[in-house]
Amino acid sequence: MTTLTAATRTKVLQRQGAAVALTVMVVVSWLTFPRFGSLDNLRDLALQGSFLAVIALGMTFVIITGGIDLSVGSLYALGGVLAAWGSQHGFLTALLLPLVVCGGIGLINGLLIARTNMAPFIVTLASLLFARGLLLAITDEGANTYQVAPDSAFVELGRGTVAGFGYPIFIAAALCVLGGAILNRTGFGQNVFATGGAEQSAILMGVPVARTKVLVYTMSGTLAGLAGALTAAYLQSGVTVIGVGTELDAIAVVVIGGTLLTGGMGTVLGTVIGVGLIKVIQNVINQIGTLDSNYQSVVSGVFLLIVVVLQRILRR
Amino acid sequence: MTLTAARRRWLQDNGVYVAVGALLLFNALFTANFMTLGNFTTQLVQAAPVLIVALGMALVIGTEGVDLSVGAVMALAAAIIPLYLGAGPVPAILMALVAGLAAGAFNGFLVARVGIQPIVATLALLVGGRGLALVIANGQLVPLHDPAFLALGTDDVLGIPISVLIAGLLALTIAGLTSRTTFGRQLVAVGGNRRAATLAGLPVNRVLVGVYAICGVLAAVAGVLATSRLAASDPADMGLLMELSAITAVVVGGTPLTGGKVRVLGTVMGVVLMQLVRATLIKHNLPDSIAQMIQAAIIVAAVYVARERR
Repeated sequence: MTTLTAATRTKVLQRQGAAVALTVMVVVSWLTFPRFGSLDNLRDLALQGSFLAVIALGMTFVIITGGIDLSVGSLYALGGVLAAWGSQHGFLTALLLPLVVCGGIGLINGLLIARTNMAPFIVTLASLLFARGLLLAITDEGANTYQVAPDSAFVELGRGTVAGFGYPIFIAAALCVLGGAILNRTGFGQNVFATGGAEQSAILMGVPVARTKVLVYTMSGTLAGLAGALTAAYLQSGVTVIGVGTELDAIAVVVIGGTLLTGGMGTVLGTVIGVGLIKVIQNVINQIGTLDSNYQSVVSGVFLLIVVVLQRILRR
Repeated sequence: MTLTAARRRWLQDNGVYVAVGALLLFNALFTANFMTLGNFTTQLVQAAPVLIVALGMALVIGTEGVDLSVGAVMALAAAIIPLYLGAGPVPAILMALVAGLAAGAFNGFLVARVGIQPIVATLALLVGGRGLALVIANGQLVPLHDPAFLALGTDDVLGIPISVLIAGLLALTIAGLTSRTTFGRQLVAVGGNRRAATLAGLPVNRVLVGVYAICGVLAAVAGVLATSRLAASDPADMGLLMELSAITAVVVGGTPLTGGKVRVLGTVMGVVLMQLVRATLIKHNLPDSIAQMIQAAIIVAAVYVARERR
């Protein structure tokens, strides 16, 4: 009986640790900083979080299969540049071009990882370099920043609002709900868990491991491209210097959200909570004002450390 | 062993030397002013910090680990130098190295004692370490004026720049460490089969902490040398993406990511190869974009050749 309660407690802590931390952070910041609870600030917080959430959603799937995708930061930037370039040819080009190109690079990642048995870490590291190189090649070595025409329908996608909340927030929310449903309610979702849980057993049981891997990396690339397109629409230009280190933020929020880096376990909700936690910390540090913004990465690093150490200790 | 398997094996072991030779030959024939002493000195000076970091990385990868925090440790070392430079270059350098040692030992503690995967354990320091360095330095670039400290980056001994000399000596030391000491044997054993090493009574935890500590110190050395060459402490840019360059060099040099094997000479040649590739592309006026894409292709090709077969 005691083992059962201990196990339950462990499970609850692991699953809800980030949620508890987020709740505490929100309550404390609400009471401490009058501006934190203002509708404007919350809208801004949600909008800032939505871009990262889209990237982290793809990363969640990849990490549950036991892999890792380091290329998303570069693909995010590449997606933004492609969208801004494509916007001169209309809405559809602006939206589809980044999805196809970034999805294509994700597909190549997946094929290399699944078919040639190369380490995901190295393959996606190479595509991190490749995508950054491609970005430089189409922007005149970074000198050329493509603008999105301010009156185009594409800008509306990034800057349009419902009750003051930007469209990207709803897009990110819809994708996360869809992603959660796919992960927990479909055969593909089960294959994702099986691939990361015990790859050899999954292969023996007839789970299409290779196909599952190809799909998750394609998804991750596509979502990173979409996040880039949304950012370009919001900023009205394809900023070439964004996305450096974004892959690390995405990995960090996924891990903080309770998804195991060893694979086989994880939730989309946890990732969303992880995004919330990181963005609230960032927001609070900005509110304090006297603290310089570099504390943000220190705090993120410490949070990440606490979470992984706790996960490890609880699993013993 | 069939002929193809033998040929494959040979390519895995010697591919990097062939590639370096081919690239040198190409440059001797088609690049003006390449085979000059001045050019080689420049290339070596540029490659020295990467080489020093890659040596530590090779040891870590030999234990089936990886250290993502090396760039952040370089930034920490850079941030610490101006704090103690008032007391003279030696205390400043020592403090930077102590910081590297502490960071590495902390990584090793997380990997060995707490049992966290190396990627995650060192990711925390990668995310937090550079932030910490920026906080220490108030986010600013600090120009340095101590002549003795700057000499480290500008002077040479018998025509060999000091940083290259240090990198060479460290490479010899690490080569000796892996091939001639008990610690080296234990390291490879831990990387080859950690469970078997534990059952055989090897001090697995001590070896792991030691390896990560060495990697941290080497990263700090690279940070000190790069800071001295730059004549400024620049924690925002110091060692950015260094973890990727170092891992690339180690893997291209034929050390498998699966552990159990450390190739020091291969790592040195891996660094030289990547430096030569960059230099060749620059000398032929190829833009940075193309250079990055070619580097990506080289990484994939090298790992494809070196991948383990099931």
